[in-house]
Amino acid sequence: MRPVYVVSGGVSKFAKARPDKTFQAIVKEAYDYSIADLGLDFATFNGLVDGSVASYFSDHFARQLMAGIMVQDYLGLCPKPSHRVEGGGATGGICFQEAWKSVASGLMDVCVAYGFETMSHVETWKGNEFIALASDSSFDYPVGGFYSGYYAMMVTRHMKEFGTTVEQMASVSVKNHINAYHNSYAQKRNRYTIADVRNAPMVAWPLTRLDICVMSDGAAVTVLASEEGLRKLEAAGAQVARPLVKVTGVGRGTDAMRMADRPHVEYDDFMQNYATEQERSSDETRSYYRRLWDHGTRYPGVHSFRAGRTAGNLAYKQAGISDPLGELDFVELHDAYTSSEIQTYEDMGLCRYGEGGPFAASGKAFMPGIDYGLKLSDKPLCPVNPSGGLIACGHPVGATGLMQAVFALWQLQSTVGKHFGDNALQVKGAHRGAIHSHAGTGTYVSISVLENEVSHG
Amino acid sequence: MAKLPDRREETLGGFIVHNIPFPISTDPDALAMLKLMTPITIEQEYKITYLHSYGQDSPWFAALTNRHLIASQDPESGYTYANPRGHHMASGEETQWIDITDRSAKVHAFTVCYFGSEEFLPETPFVLALIELEGVNTLLLTRLLGVDHAQASLDWIGMDVRPQFMRNSKLKPTDVYFVPA
Repeated sequence: MRPVYVVSGGVSKFAKARPDKTFQAIVKEAYDYSIADLGLDFATFNGLVDGSVASYFSDHFARQLMAGIMVQDYLGLCPKPSHRVEGGGATGGICFQEAWKSVASGLMDVCVAYGFETMSHVETWKGNEFIALASDSSFDYPVGGFYSGYYAMMVTRHMKEFGTTVEQMASVSVKNHINAYHNSYAQKRNRYTIADVRNAPMVAWPLTRLDICVMSDGAAVTVLASEEGLRKLEAAGAQVARPLVKVTGVGRGTDAMRMADRPHVEYDDFMQNYATEQERSSDETRSYYRRLWDHGTRYPGVHSFRAGRTAGNLAYKQAGISDPLGELDFVELHDAYTSSEIQTYEDMGLCRYGEGGPFAASGKAFMPGIDYGLKLSDKPLCPVNPSGGLIACGHPVGATGLMQAVFALWQLQSTVGKHFGDNALQVKGAHRGAIHSHAGTGTYVSISVLENEVSHG
Repeated sequence: MAKLPDRREETLGGFIVHNIPFPISTDPDALAMLKLMTPITIEQEYKITYLHSYGQDSPWFAALTNRHLIASQDPESGYTYANPRGHHMASGEETQWIDITDRSAKVHAFTVCYFGSEEFLPETPFVLALIELEGVNTLLLTRLLGVDHAQASLDWIGMDVRPQFMRNSKLKPTDVYFVPA
């Protein structure tokens, strides 16, 4: 595989509704931004693009089949090769990895990954129905198909087994909303307290409205290039920001569509096939997990995502990461729910399974230098969702994973201040970050590691 | 005192409009002004009737209508799926049906849905639960009745429950639900 660089990106403003533009024109906002950030004109850039990958989740929301080609057409990219990918909430992350594949394989030198969703075309309850159709329509959906309900069941099990509290979950909401306060792209830029989160209307016990991301209209674009692609872009006048940002790890995992069908594995199976390198090498952690199993815990249960763990293990191996918390400078992860951010800390090895609740409230995943109005026991170690995540930025499904890639790019270029108009969310000296995209009840998960070419000897 | 309503209820629908405002002449200035127009939004109805086959899983629904809960079992290993599955995920071998109606059952996880998909909004609040069945390796998603949703508690996890069957089958997985045993 060839080295692949992320050279540019753009994000449209995420909003509850964008009736002012069609989906093609919303994608073009992000596309134009990514071209302008390279300092190229539209025609020159388009002339250098070899092809694209399109990302959008639901034909129901668009009420348009083959919407991808309508974007390709609108962006002036016909007749270049393109295809659409779809994998629920992970569609954007999968799209990013498919574009990476196109370049890494040598098929393309410059590949554009674009994604969008326009979810405002139906009322929220109908949108919930469309999303719930991404659960088994014979056995899950008819019982009361509602994703917040599915995740709330995971929460109650996590709370029961590990003692996770609603206040710990609420601390994730406080963090992500306050981070987004400094992100001009975010849909919800509000300062909340733990009490605000808990007093918000109950949606699916114990998840309140402020524990859950919102539906959005929006688009995002990333431009990936090989070394040769980079040379061609720069020869045409592109100002590719330095340090360069490279994709160094790519991983993906899957699990059963029906959450109830997940096979629960025994301790030995877990240690052999799912434990991180760090967990396997620690006597103390092995004993910790043995105690969990003795207490009745099974993996993944409904409280964990083996797809996420699988994706992380694959990506970390490729990127040469053995201590994710110590070796990642930030993570943009799929916090469709505060609880799923906690579950994902564990899947990504930022803490051990069962310890996500205390980790969430500790401060380790918070940004330094921002007042959250919380008493945090630990200093920030690895900010998670410095952008505000899905909970505050919004979640136009097909765009979300690509939005994460763009924000990660800007972190690693140290250009957050330029793009957000506020430098508060710049992770100082960020060298390596991860993006995590997640579908269904954990059916598809993608994790990609990006790092800049600053030497960290 | 209850909060008094301060917003009128919004409804869809309205008049059929025969003239949409548009410049009388299409001179360049007037055409340039079109860029400042607010968007036109129309309603589009989308209604479909599907013929949805349960295929090889059909006997599971037939069993519910006859007040039985059946499951799929791999004959070799005994691995048992609460929701039907024609082939075992580990061996790829065809599964067989077994009757689990009288197995003891417990709540594994639950939630109370106060909001939901459009189809289920009239039923809120309702309790969704994942059920553990004795000797069954996977869980069963179901509705839990006979509990007070306003008193939701983690203590419900582990509660003994039993299946109850609808008298008038709808040929849906909701033909069975669970209640405290």
